[in-house]
Amino acid sequence: MSDNHKELDEATGVHTTGHEWDGIKELNNPLPKWWLYSFYACIVWGIGYMIAYPAWPLLDGYTKGMLGYSQRAVVMSEVALAKKAQSKFRDELAKTSIEKIKTKPELLRFAMAGGKAAFGDNCAPCHGRGAQGSKGYPNLNDDDWLWGGKITDIQYTIRHGIRAADEDTRSNDMPKFGVEELLEPAQINEAAEYVLSLSGKSKDAAAAAKGKVIFEEQCAACHGDNGQGLQEMGGPTLRDAIWLYGRSKADVVKSIETGRGGIMPAWATRLDEVTIKSLAVYVHSLGGGT
Amino acid sequence: MEAKEAFITPLPGRASDAAPGVATIDVEAVNTKGERALFASRKKVYAKRAKGTFRNIKWAVMIVSLAVYYILPWLRWDRGPALPDQAILLDFPNARFFFFFLEIWPQEFYYITGLLVLAALALFLTTSVAGRAWCGYTCPQTVWTDLMIALERFWQGDRNARMRLDKAPWSVSKIYKKVMTHLSWMLVGLLTGGAMVLYFRDAPTLMGELVTGTAPAIAYIFLGIFSFTTYLLGGIAREQVCIYMCPWPRIQGALIDKDSMLVTYRDFRGEPRAKKKKGESWDNRGDCIDCKACIAVCPVGIDIRNGPQLECIQCALCIDACNDIMKKVGRPQNLITYENFTSIEAEQRGGKPKLNLFRARNVIYLGLMMLVGGLMLAALLQRSVLDVNVLRDRNPLYVQLSGGGVRNGYTLKILNKLYDTRSYKLTVEGLKRAKLKIVGYDGDGSKAVLSVVPDDLREFRVFVSVDETGLEAVKSESAPITFVVEDLDDGKQTRRDSTFRRPAG
Repeated sequence: MSDNHKELDEATGVHTTGHEWDGIKELNNPLPKWWLYSFYACIVWGIGYMIAYPAWPLLDGYTKGMLGYSQRAVVMSEVALAKKAQSKFRDELAKTSIEKIKTKPELLRFAMAGGKAAFGDNCAPCHGRGAQGSKGYPNLNDDDWLWGGKITDIQYTIRHGIRAADEDTRSNDMPKFGVEELLEPAQINEAAEYVLSLSGKSKDAAAAAKGKVIFEEQCAACHGDNGQGLQEMGGPTLRDAIWLYGRSKADVVKSIETGRGGIMPAWATRLDEVTIKSLAVYVHSLGGGT
Repeated sequence: MEAKEAFITPLPGRASDAAPGVATIDVEAVNTKGERALFASRKKVYAKRAKGTFRNIKWAVMIVSLAVYYILPWLRWDRGPALPDQAILLDFPNARFFFFFLEIWPQEFYYITGLLVLAALALFLTTSVAGRAWCGYTCPQTVWTDLMIALERFWQGDRNARMRLDKAPWSVSKIYKKVMTHLSWMLVGLLTGGAMVLYFRDAPTLMGELVTGTAPAIAYIFLGIFSFTTYLLGGIAREQVCIYMCPWPRIQGALIDKDSMLVTYRDFRGEPRAKKKKGESWDNRGDCIDCKACIAVCPVGIDIRNGPQLECIQCALCIDACNDIMKKVGRPQNLITYENFTSIEAEQRGGKPKLNLFRARNVIYLGLMMLVGGLMLAALLQRSVLDVNVLRDRNPLYVQLSGGGVRNGYTLKILNKLYDTRSYKLTVEGLKRAKLKIVGYDGDGSKAVLSVVPDDLREFRVFVSVDETGLEAVKSESAPITFVVEDLDDGKQTRRDSTFRRPAG
């Protein structure tokens, strides 16, 4: 590729560069020098960049760069900024009583959005993304609330949990009638028939009639005389269409045999008051709140 | 900006004269062929001042386009107290683009896409009809370069004076002229960048902030970027941008054909070119006296007589320069003119020039432009100022209620694109014994007044429940229902279909 190979191209009147690849020759339409220099400048810039910023992976980390820049630090400062931007609403939320929040539309929107995010982070693993629940984990969309569906009740439940390690936690105890041999298997069967009969699902009227006596002795204290439930005891109603542990006979029998008692953590130790307030507003808004 | 010397310096009787009274200008095209180095040093172009029809057109285009650019952000457009009153505003923080009566939300960005498609097609059509008319007259690079050259001429004089100044040793006068030139370029850059940032924030407010030093940092950053690039590209880089940076010269080759009207040297008339001696006859020679005036005025420094070339921005200043010379030597005008290849070929054979405007290429471009324009107009006319979306909950699909009824949840989104707060009423149709509840509103949801602030989106949580009795009438697991949103101000109804689901069996 020496100058000797340069030749004049007839068609264009331009010389070739002397470069040739399989008969294909390159016309010399020169690059401007400033372009070449800006290329060199970019190389110099690149070296400077590598010195100033994190650049090379090492066996036990990476070169940190002289400016100490880190994307994580940037994210953290942006999070702090966002929190600061939210502080106006958070302060107002802290000051406003939970019942009053819905009278302030902007605040309500903020609490709902925050509540939704906190729900996804903390509650969804048990209650489901849509708070739809599953067997043993209550559906928070419906209108059946063991411990009360008023917004203050919900707030209390979130704070202190159910059967949680908290002094003020909500707690009750469904005895393990079968496991602890408090009732004979036949009695359990009769009690189950009676419970099913409350919502018209019993197929054995005789057993149900016997079960009524057992129910009044053993169950009515928490579930109410007619199985209507006692919210102050956390005793669920047995007359409606919503069954946390299933409404088939096998499910009801199992409930009586082994007792039931799910645990919900007390969130007061893990989440701040504003977040708990937001969560209560959100959960209350899901449709079941009374 | 008056020229400090006559267009053609009359130096009669010199051997180097192109014709009696017309001096040959010592100038060479920057893209002269022949032996070249692998990397080219820039040859400075000292563009001489041109006078004539096309120069006047270019002045007019420059004044109009700069005026439009500088004045637009100051125009006001009343949109009520809740919204900015700037006629054209790219409001990034609020994700809105205001354009007089039109307001574009992010999801309506296809209007901008449509405009860009239209602009591209218009560029194709222009190129097909008249070559790089965009480059020559309206491209910001050309307009600002023109302005910068005019400023340079104001401080340093025309071509010859500038060349002399550059060769002269440094002196107070030279430093003064150079400094003033660069300062005025920077001032133009500052005004240009300044006007650019005004499109992104309320202009009077921002102007005040900029002056008092209280504007957002981003405003100063962009002001700096635009000021510097205007100074660099318009003042210093000039033709280098067109020749080396811009992709358009490469694309245009595919867009012109033998019927495109290009700035053309009519060689059948000009050749053979030769100097014209006093008393010499015009017979057996071309009209071109090789005075090189066409090269001297060229802002990219090329020789149009070499035919169409990548560097040529089709600014037509060589036409003005040549016509001036032709008048002086008493030959017909338009030795250089807008002409297509077809005509040149015809004229060489003694035929007439032919303007072939209605050829397939042009008709297709025009047709496409009308199609896109029509589609955009249709979309614009159908643009609703109220957008209603109903999203039914998927998780859970339905909620079993303790009383045996079933409830479905929906998210209702109302987009109020109007400039005042609107109130709406929501009702549901198609389901017996359906009860409507809206989160945040006590009691019957169908009596609630939903208010949406101007130019915003509001989301409402809506519950539709049907009791056990009503459920018997719901035959399907998924029954159709219709949400009706009524604007309480004008009674206009917007209907959205959805479904109501109940458990199987």
